[in-house]
Amino acid sequence: MFSESEWELLRNIIQNGLWKAIGETLLMTFVPTILAFVIGLPLGVVLVTGEEKGIHPLPGWLMKLLNFVINILRSVPFLILLIVVLPLSRLLVGTTVGTKAIIAPLVIAAFPFVARLVETSIREVDGGVVEAAQSMGAGTWQIILKVLIPEARPALISNFMVALITIFGYGAMSGAVGGGGLGRIAVNYGYNRYQPLVMYFAVILLVILVQIFQGVGNVLVKKSDKRIR
Amino acid sequence: MIEIRNLSKTFSSGENQVAALADVNLTIPDGEIYGVIGLSGAGKSTLVRCINLLERPSAGQVIVDGQDLTAMSPRQLRQARKSISMIFQGFNLLMQRTALDNICFPLELSGVKKAEARKRARELLELVELPDKAEAYPIQLSGGQKQRIAIARALASDPKVLLCDEATSALDPKTTQSILQLLKELNRKLGVTVVVITHEMRVVEQICTRVAILDHGQVQEEGPTAQVFSNPKSDAGRRLVLPDGEKIHVLPENRLVRLVFNGASAGEPIVARLAREQGILLNILSADTRSIGDRTFGNMVLGLPLDETEAARALLYLRELKGVTAEEVTEYVQ
Repeated sequence: MFSESEWELLRNIIQNGLWKAIGETLLMTFVPTILAFVIGLPLGVVLVTGEEKGIHPLPGWLMKLLNFVINILRSVPFLILLIVVLPLSRLLVGTTVGTKAIIAPLVIAAFPFVARLVETSIREVDGGVVEAAQSMGAGTWQIILKVLIPEARPALISNFMVALITIFGYGAMSGAVGGGGLGRIAVNYGYNRYQPLVMYFAVILLVILVQIFQGVGNVLVKKSDKRIR
Repeated sequence: MIEIRNLSKTFSSGENQVAALADVNLTIPDGEIYGVIGLSGAGKSTLVRCINLLERPSAGQVIVDGQDLTAMSPRQLRQARKSISMIFQGFNLLMQRTALDNICFPLELSGVKKAEARKRARELLELVELPDKAEAYPIQLSGGQKQRIAIARALASDPKVLLCDEATSALDPKTTQSILQLLKELNRKLGVTVVVITHEMRVVEQICTRVAILDHGQVQEEGPTAQVFSNPKSDAGRRLVLPDGEKIHVLPENRLVRLVFNGASAGEPIVARLAREQGILLNILSADTRSIGDRTFGNMVLGLPLDETEAARALLYLRELKGVTAEEVTEYVQ
């Protein structure tokens, strides 16, 4: 089905740099996801608590601006955003190609998405519980840290996995414009040089990784959710 | 003591303004179990939520132990709320925490050390008779158990006041009984003032020493439970206490007398005795009495005999009964 030269190339890739590519892919997935949560978690919380009827209302214009910016960033297609943001990468890490260069665009593409995911997770928390905390004299920070986030924990973990897998997909896509990892192998060898065997191999690896992420995520959610008997 | 002065709360939705509370005045003495009863929409939940300012009143004052909550800064208010606890119809437990950690929650908010908080929480679990449920999560508890944990949590901060917002409305009758008994016991043991918001008369009858009837956002009447329930003076009170139905204007051939039982000993066969001892036959037109302890409360409407002298004798007899007041009426509620 595949020629000897294709198998030869695949062997070559597996022996030289497959592990490096997997490592890059994991780096390009976890680092941006975590950074996107560092920005997106507080924003998502503010989107709920800062509302007019929230526990700590913020000025209406500020909330409108926040929502507007998030919506704008979310509506720009990832590849376009990637290209627009690459100069920032040059500023931050001195290059626009490779694994490191792709992290900043990934974070910028992902944090508005993460903010929305966090927002919906926090909204799931029963208002009555927040009210109970208020009736006990809890302040805004105490409610956020001791009620909203812990009570939303299962939804947050579940949405973390959603974000992780989305960013993983973006990362693979970035192979097309100089990103590293398995995505680059799939695009460079498989697509550009028309080596279907290598492309299938890389794609299968990507699929396996997603399955592992989702599987681990499901276990974590189940373990963390005390509403399941 | 809780003093509610000229309290009003208006909700506005767009153009519409709805007055949930209109100029409510109430004084709730220390150590009392105080009932606020009303049909849904009467404003009772708004009232209780105004007591700890979960709902900010549109006008008026809420004074707890001489301190005006409406005049406090947010920080002072948070501090004051620690001595005014609240339990809810939906329990509102933290679903991701164990029962013990739920009880620790208000102590954590106050910065109590963890070991100390856990010790206190275990004592409270004993108090609500669930010592073996420390490590259970709310999902594993029944409704009654959840409310017990909520009560323990509410008591953790040593409050002076416990507000109960329809706290038994989601529970079955038997569980309701046990929760009411617990509240009564806690009131006696700890001296905590209990404010009970409910639409169920049985709840008020069983534990409240005083009651206020709320309707259309206003207090219609207020007083000792036995007095208010046996002889409701307001329309709203009568609608609540008497079986549902409309006022019927009877143009009777005979005169009517309304007996109000104010704690006559239960099992006194008044009508039968009138018949046997005096030979006077009375017609029972309506009756709604209930026993609280060994005494009877409620009222009964009797038709007097057509014969004027017999009617006068019957009236005289009835007026001399202990724990019963008799008055002539021209209409009755069926």
